[in-house]
Amino acid sequence: MKNKYSIFSLIKNALSNHENWQRAWRDPQPKKEYDVIIIGGGGHGLATAYYLAKKHSIKNIAVLEKGWIGGGNTGRNTTIIRSNYLWDASAGLYDHALKIWEGLSQELNYNVMFSQRGVMNLAHNLQDVRDLKRRTHANRLNGIDAVYLNTEEVKKFCPIINTSPDIRYPVLGGTLQKRAGTARHDAVAWGYARGADEMGVDIIQNCEVKGIKRNGDTVEGVDTAKGFIKTKKIGVVAAGHSSVIANMAGLRLPLESKPLQALVSEPVKPIIDTVVMSNAVHAYVSQSDKGELVIGAGTDDYISYSQKGSHDIVEGTLNAILELYPIFSRMRMLRQWGGIVDICPDASPIISKTSVKGLYFNCGWGTGGFKATPGSGDLFAHTIANDEPHKLNAAFNLNRFVSGDLVDEHGAAAVAH
Amino acid sequence: MFLINCPFCGEREQSEFKAGGEAHIVRPKQPTELSDDEWAEYLFMRKNIKGVQLERWNHIHGCRKWFNIVRDTTNDEIKAVYKMGEKPPI
Repeated sequence: MKNKYSIFSLIKNALSNHENWQRAWRDPQPKKEYDVIIIGGGGHGLATAYYLAKKHSIKNIAVLEKGWIGGGNTGRNTTIIRSNYLWDASAGLYDHALKIWEGLSQELNYNVMFSQRGVMNLAHNLQDVRDLKRRTHANRLNGIDAVYLNTEEVKKFCPIINTSPDIRYPVLGGTLQKRAGTARHDAVAWGYARGADEMGVDIIQNCEVKGIKRNGDTVEGVDTAKGFIKTKKIGVVAAGHSSVIANMAGLRLPLESKPLQALVSEPVKPIIDTVVMSNAVHAYVSQSDKGELVIGAGTDDYISYSQKGSHDIVEGTLNAILELYPIFSRMRMLRQWGGIVDICPDASPIISKTSVKGLYFNCGWGTGGFKATPGSGDLFAHTIANDEPHKLNAAFNLNRFVSGDLVDEHGAAAVAH
Repeated sequence: MFLINCPFCGEREQSEFKAGGEAHIVRPKQPTELSDDEWAEYLFMRKNIKGVQLERWNHIHGCRKWFNIVRDTTNDEIKAVYKMGEKPPI
C-alpha cells in the first residue's frame, strides 16, 4: 500500500529533509508471462494499464517502455486540454476525457495541476468565422460548453491580443471553451504510473520491444531487450513509432510520422492567463506556472523520426505570435524541441482491434493526443478487456479506412494538421 | 532542416520543396475492379519507414518538377536523388 500524499505527509517528510519519501513505483524485472502487455510507457499507455487494473480487474499487466516513462510525446507537448471538436464521435471521445480530467488529481492522489483557464480559438477570415460559429453550435448540441466571441469580447478576455484591423490577419472573432485548459504533462504520466504500480502493474523501463511473435492470426508474445515475454494480449500505444511496431507484426497502418515542434520562452511574470490558439496563422500560446510562454509550432510535411523539425516552421509560428502579441517582441526563447507524431489521413485517432487476435492499437493521435490521455486509456482498456470497443471509440476503428466512414477533423480541429 | 539536391536546379533548402510521401505506389490499372480493402491499401496504408525510405518530392518554389529521393528518416540524411521513372539507385 502506498502512502497517501497530503499536506501532512509533506510536513512529515520536510522534517527529514525529504530523504525518506517512498518510491512512487517499483523497478521490476519482467516476468515470463503477462495477461496483457502494453507497449509504450507514455501517458496513454500508463492510463491504459491503470484502467485495466482498476476497472477490469486484470492485474497481471506489464508496461514496456524503451526509454523512461513519459519521456516521449507525453513530456513534449504543449499541455492543452479541450473538447471542442466538430463531429459527434470526436466530441464524445474528447469530452469523455475532459470529464475524467476534472476529477483526476483526486482520483490519483497526485496533483496533475489541471487548470481550467479556458481555451480561445481565433478567427481571422470570414470562413474561419463561419467554421467557428458552426463548431460552437455543434459543441452545444453535444453538451460541450462553447461560446462565440466578437472582436471586443476577445480583447476583453485576453487584453494583450492585438485586435487592430490593420494587421495582416485581423482578429474577427473567436470561440471560448471555459472548461478547457492545461495540466502538468509529466505529472500525468507519474500519477498514472504510481496508481498502476500500486495495483500490481509492472512498469519496465529501458525495455525496447524488438519483435512481436505471432502464431497464425494470434499473438504469442514479444521479443524485448530483456528477453522473450509471453502474452495473449498486446496493446500498442507507441505514438510516432506505431508503424514500426505494426511492421513487426506484419501489419500496415494509415499513418505518417512527422516532427512537431514546440518552444518556451524565458520565464516572465503572469501575462496571459488563458490559452489562445489560432488556426489560420498557426500560432498558439499559453503560460506555464513557471512563467514561460509555451508556444506550439506546426509539423513538417515530410516523414521523419529525428525528433527535430525545421527552422522555417518555428519562424512562421513566431512571425504570427509577434503580429498577434506585439508585447512579446523582445522576449527571448529558452528551449525548442520536437516530438514525432503519428498522423492519420482524417486527423482522428485509431483505438481499435486489428486483424491479428490479441493485438490492439491506440495510435494516430497526431498533434493532439495529450488532451485525451485519461479518456484514451479508459476506452482502450475497455477495448482490450472486452475484445470489443466501447461505444465512445467504436467510430475510431481501423476498418474505417476500408469502409470510408472517416471522422474528418482536419478542418475542424482547432489547429491545422 | 536539410538541403536537397534538385536534379534540375541543384542544391536548395528543404523549405523550397514539398514532400510527396512514399514513392513507387502504383496507381491501380483497373480501378473499377478494386475491392474496398485494395482501395484502403492504395489510398491510406503506408510503410512509414524508420530508416532508409524512398520518397517523392516536388521543387514547389523552384522548377516545380517531381523527383525521388532516398532518405534516412532517423537523421534526415539524403542518400541519393533520382528522377521520376528511374529505378532507385540504392
